[in-house]
Amino acid sequence: MLSALWRYRYFVMASIVGELRGRFARSRLGLLWSILHPLAQAAIFALVLAEVLGAKLGGIDDKAAYPMYLLAGMAAWTLFSEIVSRSMTVFIEYSATLKKIAFPRICLPVIVWGSALVNHALLLVAIAVVFLFLGKVPGVAWLALPLGILLISVFAFGLGMLLGVFNVFVRDIGQAVGVVLQLWFWLTPIVYPVSVVPDHLRWVINLNPMVPLVEIYHEAMVFDRWPDFAPLIVPVILSVVLLVLSFMVFKRASPELVDAL
Amino acid sequence: MKPVVLHVEDVGKCYAAYSSNMARFASWFGAKVRPVSESWAVRDVGFTLNRGEALALIGQNGAGKSTLLKLITGTVRPTTGRISVAGRISAILELGLGFNPEFTGRQNVYQAGGLMGFSQEELTRLMPEIEAFAELDEYFDEPLRVYSSGMQARLAFSLATAVRPEVLIVDEVLSVGDSYFQHKSFDRIRRFKEEGTAILFVTHSMGDVRALCERVILLDQGKVLRDGAPDEVVDYYNALIAEKDNARLTVEQRRESNGWQYTRSGTFEITAKKFELLDAETRKPVATARVGQKLALRLVAMAESDIPQLVLGVMLRDRTGHIVWGTNTWHTEQIQREIRKGDEVEFTLSFTCSLGPGSYSFSPALTSSDTHLVNNYEWQDNAVVFDVLNADRTFFVGSSWLDAKFTVDHRVEA
Repeated sequence: MLSALWRYRYFVMASIVGELRGRFARSRLGLLWSILHPLAQAAIFALVLAEVLGAKLGGIDDKAAYPMYLLAGMAAWTLFSEIVSRSMTVFIEYSATLKKIAFPRICLPVIVWGSALVNHALLLVAIAVVFLFLGKVPGVAWLALPLGILLISVFAFGLGMLLGVFNVFVRDIGQAVGVVLQLWFWLTPIVYPVSVVPDHLRWVINLNPMVPLVEIYHEAMVFDRWPDFAPLIVPVILSVVLLVLSFMVFKRASPELVDAL
Repeated sequence: MKPVVLHVEDVGKCYAAYSSNMARFASWFGAKVRPVSESWAVRDVGFTLNRGEALALIGQNGAGKSTLLKLITGTVRPTTGRISVAGRISAILELGLGFNPEFTGRQNVYQAGGLMGFSQEELTRLMPEIEAFAELDEYFDEPLRVYSSGMQARLAFSLATAVRPEVLIVDEVLSVGDSYFQHKSFDRIRRFKEEGTAILFVTHSMGDVRALCERVILLDQGKVLRDGAPDEVVDYYNALIAEKDNARLTVEQRRESNGWQYTRSGTFEITAKKFELLDAETRKPVATARVGQKLALRLVAMAESDIPQLVLGVMLRDRTGHIVWGTNTWHTEQIQREIRKGDEVEFTLSFTCSLGPGSYSFSPALTSSDTHLVNNYEWQDNAVVFDVLNADRTFFVGSSWLDAKFTVDHRVEA
């Protein structure tokens, strides 16, 4: 499977470029939109929650701390949700091609992964610029981000591919996951700090594998701290299990995949 | 015997339906789950394709042609049997497949070419040839979305045939594009064939089948119904189409000593007692006609039972099976009505033989209206066969004789 992927590397690369280009083709701001969307969302949250509701972020007494916290969390979440939701539909999107041309199907989720990573890199650059405006120079702890990117994207890739294969057979999954992702977003400390979660709901946070992953971003970008490795064990194990499982399912489902498209 | 390039062995494709998707998912992990229903899109299909052979797959919609193609290209895996291909297989695909509308022609060659398994270096090497063959000029570096469908077809064809494959699949796509490019594409396909490529056509155009293929496979309900020479299989197929609407229909076929395939089918409520080609003046039967001769085609039909309405259709075909001319008495508004059992109806078609030298055939059809699909009383393929000779006209080539004259004016320079 991997050697096939290597033979088709140029196709994968061209497709990633195509995905990015296709999404923003003929819009004047082009790629900027992929950055502007999460930035605008963060700005809205910042405005509504910080200014109107007066949310305070514990730890730093800084007017700019909340927007920065938001941006860091949003960046992590966008990477995750983009990979999951795009992997979910990628087989269906390419159904015409899958039916007529024989090529390694594993290319498709990899294309999704690649284009999400490129998007994410651009977003991080934009966030760094915003941070500079807010008066914060990105510290050396930003170097922990690649770890976060790796863990989140592997987790999302495994989950997305697994759901993507099932979604070909049961299309309800795609719809359901959209709702679940939204709920999941609110169950993850992105717009609020962990500290505000009341004790009787702590277990939800503890069960959520995305929490330690998003925390890598928070720690690195906002607090200039290296991540705490201990809580990462669960998400790492989960990611590996999901990845292995998704490859197994993918291999088994492969002969029937085109039949159901 | 030429070497086999494609070997399809007892191939079957079954689409299984499970009681629920949980059952399907469980089956991936080794659970013994029986599908609640199975439908075989293709079953027990076996054939071989030799180097340089051109084969057409025909059949009605749903006969299994597309599934068989998918099995051969490898996008769908067979449930039973084996398919082996010696060498590269290439397909000329539907418009826009694998192409990105935002990419230029050149970028799309890299993208779609990559999808077909070419490496970057190979494509770079092939690029000048692809660019030249497509003849898109400055459009080659414009985004695909500004292309017309014909231009897309040019690009797709140029890419698919940039390297000579061992098996080329042509799926109903050559009808796109202007006639200049169609000719160019056919030339290339013909050249590939001479160099040893086996061609697999899928088409509904029986004219193409007769002109391009030496062998035809007729699929019906996933099975091979006929496998043989084009005229034989195509005529059988046409008779079969009529059968779908005429339950009592029978089909008989035989190969005449002159090489023409004779097929007769119908419900035979009225049949032709006599069908002959005569000289218009002497009323003597003609087997060899001269160019320009006045001829009459005579058909006497006898009713075996009462029929409300009768139309005679006549079709003139050349040796390759191309229809030269054809019409019926529905179009000429000479429909006969209220025919009683035992009645005789005599039709005479008078015409001048303005055909080029060669062998031709007339196929009459007795039906009740415009198409033979409503009531096919009697349909005969190639019932009258005759040759045309050029006895007294100046030499010409082609399938029709035009009453044409040159006017030549040689002006000498003063």
